[in-house]
Amino acid sequence: MEHTAQDPHERPFFAPSGKGGLASWIFSTDHKRIGLLYLGLIMLMFSVAVVLGLLLRLKLMTPGNTLLTPQQYNAIFTLHGVIMVFMVVIPSIPASFGNIFLPLHIGANDVSFPRLNNFSWWLYVTGLVLALVSIFTGNGPPDTGWTFYVPFSEHTTTNVSIAVIAVFVLGFSSILTGLNFITTVHRLRTPGMTWRKLPLFVWSLYATGWIQVLATPILGITALLIFSERVLHLGLFDPGRGGDPLLYQHLFWIYSHPAVYIMILPAMGVISEIIPVFSRKPVFGYNMIAFSSLAIAFAGSLVWAHHMFTSGMSDNAVLLFSFLTFVVAIPSAIKVFNWLSTMYKGSISLDPPLLFSLGFILMFSIGGLTGLVLGSAGTDIHVHDTYFVVAHFHYVIFGGTGLGMFAAMHYWFPKVFGRMYDHTRAFWSFWIILLGMNVLYFPMFVMGLQGMPRRYYDYLPQYAPLQMVSTWGSWILAVGLILMFHNLYRGCRYGPVATKNPWGGATLEWTLPTPLPAEAFYGDPVAPEPYDYKGVNPDG
Amino acid sequence: MHDTTTAARGAEHGADRPHEPLSYRFLLLVWLGLMCLTATTVAVSRIELGALNIVAALGLAGAKASLVIFFFMHLKYENWIIKGMVFMAFVVLAIAIGLTFVDVGYRY
Ligand SMILES: [Cu+2]
Repeated sequence: MEHTAQDPHERPFFAPSGKGGLASWIFSTDHKRIGLLYLGLIMLMFSVAVVLGLLLRLKLMTPGNTLLTPQQYNAIFTLHGVIMVFMVVIPSIPASFGNIFLPLHIGANDVSFPRLNNFSWWLYVTGLVLALVSIFTGNGPPDTGWTFYVPFSEHTTTNVSIAVIAVFVLGFSSILTGLNFITTVHRLRTPGMTWRKLPLFVWSLYATGWIQVLATPILGITALLIFSERVLHLGLFDPGRGGDPLLYQHLFWIYSHPAVYIMILPAMGVISEIIPVFSRKPVFGYNMIAFSSLAIAFAGSLVWAHHMFTSGMSDNAVLLFSFLTFVVAIPSAIKVFNWLSTMYKGSISLDPPLLFSLGFILMFSIGGLTGLVLGSAGTDIHVHDTYFVVAHFHYVIFGGTGLGMFAAMHYWFPKVFGRMYDHTRAFWSFWIILLGMNVLYFPMFVMGLQGMPRRYYDYLPQYAPLQMVSTWGSWILAVGLILMFHNLYRGCRYGPVATKNPWGGATLEWTLPTPLPAEAFYGDPVAPEPYDYKGVNPDG
Repeated sequence: MHDTTTAARGAEHGADRPHEPLSYRFLLLVWLGLMCLTATTVAVSRIELGALNIVAALGLAGAKASLVIFFFMHLKYENWIIKGMVFMAFVVLAIAIGLTFVDVGYRY
């Protein structure tokens, strides 16, 4: 299809508008272009970190001194974690699809602060560059794990100082995105778009924005404190200088637990959009889903010390934080039950976006329930710092946020790129990814219960069979991912031209031309009932 | 309301009521107040008060931060929604510090 129209309401947002090629992207203040810029870099970093993860699994396939040296192994699991957490999962859905669809969902033509939006992308790039510098200069990449625990992170000669500055800068990028979203939701809603008409994706990003704004500064402070400990030897955390290493763990987790809600809430928002569309039924319990996003954001900020049950913290704190952790399970479960109730007696079409969403529900439920094993202080003593934690985390974050991101990619793909991918291949890639994830991570639950510690370079022979199976799983997963990305790439280049509303969604983005035009709305659109499908049908 | 564009919608809400600039004399007084509070912080840290040392340090820090935010950063002249949002940040900070003391206060 040729797009020759110069009218910004007709011209696709990615089509050249006359001036500057690259510059019209990297200095763009258009939320859609910034969203794509983020998506591209996030997927690039994702691929890098996946390759690092495959390397780790390849080393762990056999016990003993193979493939990597212990120092290389430590550096690689640190990089895998730092890249995945700070550069992939935290920005993932908000910075890419949130940027593109949050304004459109509320009937706005851009976010409140478009230039700040571009600046936050540049901060992200700066963070990436700093992280790269930390890998290739000085005494080599950090070997502390992504948590930078003291006192080791103060004494290791590897390049921790630059890495924590990279984390500091990436944190700022995240804060600015959150700030932009909060302001946009407050100020740019189209007339008639009341809070109870907001799509649930917007609600989840709004709750996420608050966590980003309130919790991320604490990460920034913590990163700076590590830096000053290393450079100025202040003695804040180092017991040798009268400091308190547990203070570091508190500060780190005060951010990093809420951060897992920065990771998971936007994915929950995506799922809340997709499930009703593919069930052709209004979402069940709109108020409770919206409210539970806020409840998760709030209660999730009060549970951080569940990462410290074995650290020597006071027993009173163990008791309190274990209890609070159980409280957060409630709003998460509310969402799962609401999604299932939405599907009940719905007219379900198992298209790729719904498949990935169902994968999310399955994996998130396994990850969430095993999280209770960790949140309950008694059982945590046994599985703390074992593979059980690694399995739990990857079920929630890869099985949850990762599949949520893939669901979003398959759901909004036709709207963003104007073409459709191959459904059969998407179907196969989903099942291969799901199989791979479970073969890769489920054995880790078993190994964890048997006592296999995380982050160890070597292991006893009794773990060898399950370590082997887990590595096979990583290969299956890699095949699934390659198939999925290849299918999306092919769809983007050669797929059939997509229609305006291929899934029959009722939110505002589906009233716009496909692919999205440079300028979305003429004046103020009428706020729709976001989950009322009467008279809205798939046109594909 | 049909002709308002996105930009106009933002501007409509953002009608800042300009206020008289603060006098140098007043700002200087605030600064002197901050200096006094800093001296007090240092002085108090040298007296052994047990757990009260923490309370005093955080109280003084809170007072200093309030002076900066209310006058240097003009929060006093903003509307309630901005005040509410800043207040929320402080509540979160208070909760974080408070819950940390459930550990520190009972550790030994
Ligand atoms: Cu946690």
